[in-house]
Amino acid sequence: MAIKTKTLKLPEIRPVPSRFRNALGKYRVTITKSCNNCGLCITLCPYSVYKAGSKKPRVAAEHLCLGFPCKEKDFFCVNKCPEKAIQLTINPSFEILGDRRWSADLLASAWHMAETGELPYQGLNYKTGNSGGGFDKLRFIFPKAKGLDVPDEEISTTIELNRSGDSRPSVTIPVPFYFGGMSFGSVSIVTMLSRVKAAAALKTFCCTGEGGYPEELIPYDDHIITQIATGLFGVREETIKRVRIVEFKYAQGAKPGLGGHLLGDKVTSRVASMREAVAGSALFSPFPFHSVYSVEDHKKHVDWIKETNYRALVSVKVSTPSDVDMVAVGSYYAGAHIVQLDGSYGGTGAAPDIAKKNIAMPIEYAVPKVHKFLSEEGIRDKVTIIASGGIRSAYDMAKAIALGADGVCLGTADLVALECIRCHHCESGRGCARGIATTDEELTSLMELDWATQRIINMYLTWQRQLISILKRLGMRSVTELVGRFDVIGHLDYIKQKDLEGDLDL
Amino acid sequence: MPPKYHIHTSRTANRFQLITKSGIIAWDEGCLKCVRCVKKDCVYKVYEKRGIDTRQMLESLDSVCMDCFRCVQGCPNKLIHKGLNPSYKELGDHYWTPEIISGLWYQAEAGRIPVSGGGYGGNFSGPGFDAMWTDMSEIVRPTRDGIHGREYISTTVDIGRKVMALEFDQTGALETTPPPVVEIPQPILFDLLPWSPPRKGINLAMLEGARSLGTFAVIRQSEFIPAMEEYLPNIVLYVDGSLSDIDPDILRRLRLIEIPYGKGVIASQKVLKERHPGLVTIIRMELNPYSSSNVLRLTAEGAEVIHLVADEYGLEKSGKPLFIKERVRKIHLHLVDKGVRDQITLIAGGGIAMAEHVAKLIICGADALSVDIPLLVAMECRVCRRCREGISCPVELETIDHVWGASRIRNLMAGWHNQLLEILGAMGIREVRRLRGEMGRAMFFENLEKEIFAALGKRG
Repeated sequence: MAIKTKTLKLPEIRPVPSRFRNALGKYRVTITKSCNNCGLCITLCPYSVYKAGSKKPRVAAEHLCLGFPCKEKDFFCVNKCPEKAIQLTINPSFEILGDRRWSADLLASAWHMAETGELPYQGLNYKTGNSGGGFDKLRFIFPKAKGLDVPDEEISTTIELNRSGDSRPSVTIPVPFYFGGMSFGSVSIVTMLSRVKAAAALKTFCCTGEGGYPEELIPYDDHIITQIATGLFGVREETIKRVRIVEFKYAQGAKPGLGGHLLGDKVTSRVASMREAVAGSALFSPFPFHSVYSVEDHKKHVDWIKETNYRALVSVKVSTPSDVDMVAVGSYYAGAHIVQLDGSYGGTGAAPDIAKKNIAMPIEYAVPKVHKFLSEEGIRDKVTIIASGGIRSAYDMAKAIALGADGVCLGTADLVALECIRCHHCESGRGCARGIATTDEELTSLMELDWATQRIINMYLTWQRQLISILKRLGMRSVTELVGRFDVIGHLDYIKQKDLEGDLDL
Repeated sequence: MPPKYHIHTSRTANRFQLITKSGIIAWDEGCLKCVRCVKKDCVYKVYEKRGIDTRQMLESLDSVCMDCFRCVQGCPNKLIHKGLNPSYKELGDHYWTPEIISGLWYQAEAGRIPVSGGGYGGNFSGPGFDAMWTDMSEIVRPTRDGIHGREYISTTVDIGRKVMALEFDQTGALETTPPPVVEIPQPILFDLLPWSPPRKGINLAMLEGARSLGTFAVIRQSEFIPAMEEYLPNIVLYVDGSLSDIDPDILRRLRLIEIPYGKGVIASQKVLKERHPGLVTIIRMELNPYSSSNVLRLTAEGAEVIHLVADEYGLEKSGKPLFIKERVRKIHLHLVDKGVRDQITLIAGGGIAMAEHVAKLIICGADALSVDIPLLVAMECRVCRRCREGISCPVELETIDHVWGASRIRNLMAGWHNQLLEILGAMGIREVRRLRGEMGRAMFFENLEKEIFAALGKRG
């Protein structure tokens, strides 16, 4: 299906610094006692690391410091300081930040993009993590030729979500991503609203997750996907009628085959009333839907939504078992417009570690499997495939599309933009100490809505620009040309230098 | 249906201070003495709860810190940092990683399975057990909710030889005498330890743990002491001396006995069976490239149970060793191919370090597993292996109280049992016996990588 090239009316990027006093960065800058407060460093530094102080300059933003590569520059404060009072070291805390998938570099890069709307320059690897496989070993193969020399506006990143050819409305989004479900209860209302507002600003969607549809979201109905999951928490006829996309969550990549579990601590009275439950008691979403034991039952589900809301598209979110290709075909024949494949390394508010690591396959395998199978069945262009579960960067997004997805669904990356540090303690006690995944009032108040919304917008606008630059390098005018282009990516373990027709983007 | 198997757990405190991944580094010099110090604002009240562990005179701060970085990011003079704890990095080795060891500690202390927020943070895949994923049932196959107890999933396995068909005489009377079979409620036995400090207390803790779990611990004949007599129904006596030295009274009270593989092993089995027909004999055999044919031959000769043992890294004995899961797969498939797989019980062990290894090795063809080092780790072992050199144990394992040790072991095994239920539940499998050899319900790295990634980057 041809998609009209549309120019995205971009929201503005506005700088939004860290909400904590000391932003975390790769380097640590200290000024010793020998400083005579001459102020030279303040004038020299083009990155505004220093601010004036009464006794000596204040290191206000060491995370913006260029670091050791600055040695080559003529504004290198450490050398220029007449008193040799400035010390530059690696930040010792940086070493223990993050994990194999979300390395400290990826976290700091996301924070940088969310703060500035620009790519990081501090020598951070913003393309891959350290997991040693999958996306982290896949690389684009860019042609030797220079690529397209056109303005960014001429490259389309728009995708169509209704490819079925049925009578339901066309729904296009100007960026090939939307935001995945995080229920009210698992995240704070500020987090939820900021994601929804950012989605609306970017003219895409954000999913409610399974926890009801707080009325604060009503102004953004056109950018909301409402979720129906196995607990049916907060599902009402009016919420289904309100939206343009309804999502059935059959399974979640982080805990495939297992139900959801909201710990009692997080079930405040507001959460409880939204879910029609009792405050303080843990809530389980069972697995699976006990109304679905066959493809026919599944179709009945889809038909139920289509009857309730005549204009809605239906999305089916599944995880990635060994027969994921059959699941995708079944979902299509049951009438789904969108099949979302949620890979096993996806996010969650709480899940057993054994499930996160071991059950179901990573998205990097599932997407090409499904893409090939649907192509062979001759139905690939009738259904939208959305990949999720471990998309951490613009590069992961572009690789997922090259592997066969039409677009991606994001979650954890949004939270990182809000300064999540991946401590993995979302579930304990009062919830996230950083005020993101919590319903505790005091912790929720750590974050302001406008701040949070703009951070998410900034980061994803940076992603979109990166995607455009990848497309240009590949000589493509639309992201739809990238779908399933197995020839433009290679895996470092298997690609042979002699077979390369282009340069690996290392 | 058997009565529901439930393991009672209770929080069992560490004797020594935990080694945590990171530590708080806080300087006093330059402190502004703020009226409201960020340390007072700690969400987890870590600084208020801090104290001194009098036993080791260590600060308790690091073991309660939850790594939220609020104090690091809040201190006006940036005096608080977090740094990697060098002793954490030094725990164990490349196989028994600090992550695995601290995960085992957590389960042994808390009696709960590790649950966390955020997606998986580890490597994409890895060698050995990390090169496979287990399956789940999507949409159309019902899964089982075993963990919350709404549906029953059985983890019981049988140890012994099975008859493939019953025979009757002309009058219709049963002619077959079914061989003895021992049922264990979860597919795990406790094995001989590759190393340990003097282990009188450790052995008793393992036996007490085995008894309360309804399973068995392998005890060397040479280490058997009268205090163990009460545990005889839960002992697998490993014959490391001579058969004739076994006290007939002791032998009669055993249900399982283990003899080393070697010339005349089937003859030894016969001798034991004559002395105690109700006894099930296990043949202990090192894993090596000849295992497939040896197991097949022993099966034909009437062996009941074979216990295949890899080294503590899960490797067989060979110049180019295969990992336990690969070799067990080959043995299983060889027996399936010859049509005799169901006659015999295969127990496999060596390198079993996490709950997921239980499910994965069973998928690859083992009926049950034997574990060793994790039992020591449950009792706070740091896998430093200094005991092997005769150097004293940093956590004084030789001094443990066996009731405390058994409680830690029970907690760990409860965690493993619940995690096995998670895997079975997701696959929609009602009993662990049906998981054995279900390789079609697993995804293997080598297959997927080749199918998906090797084909990339090719024009046309």
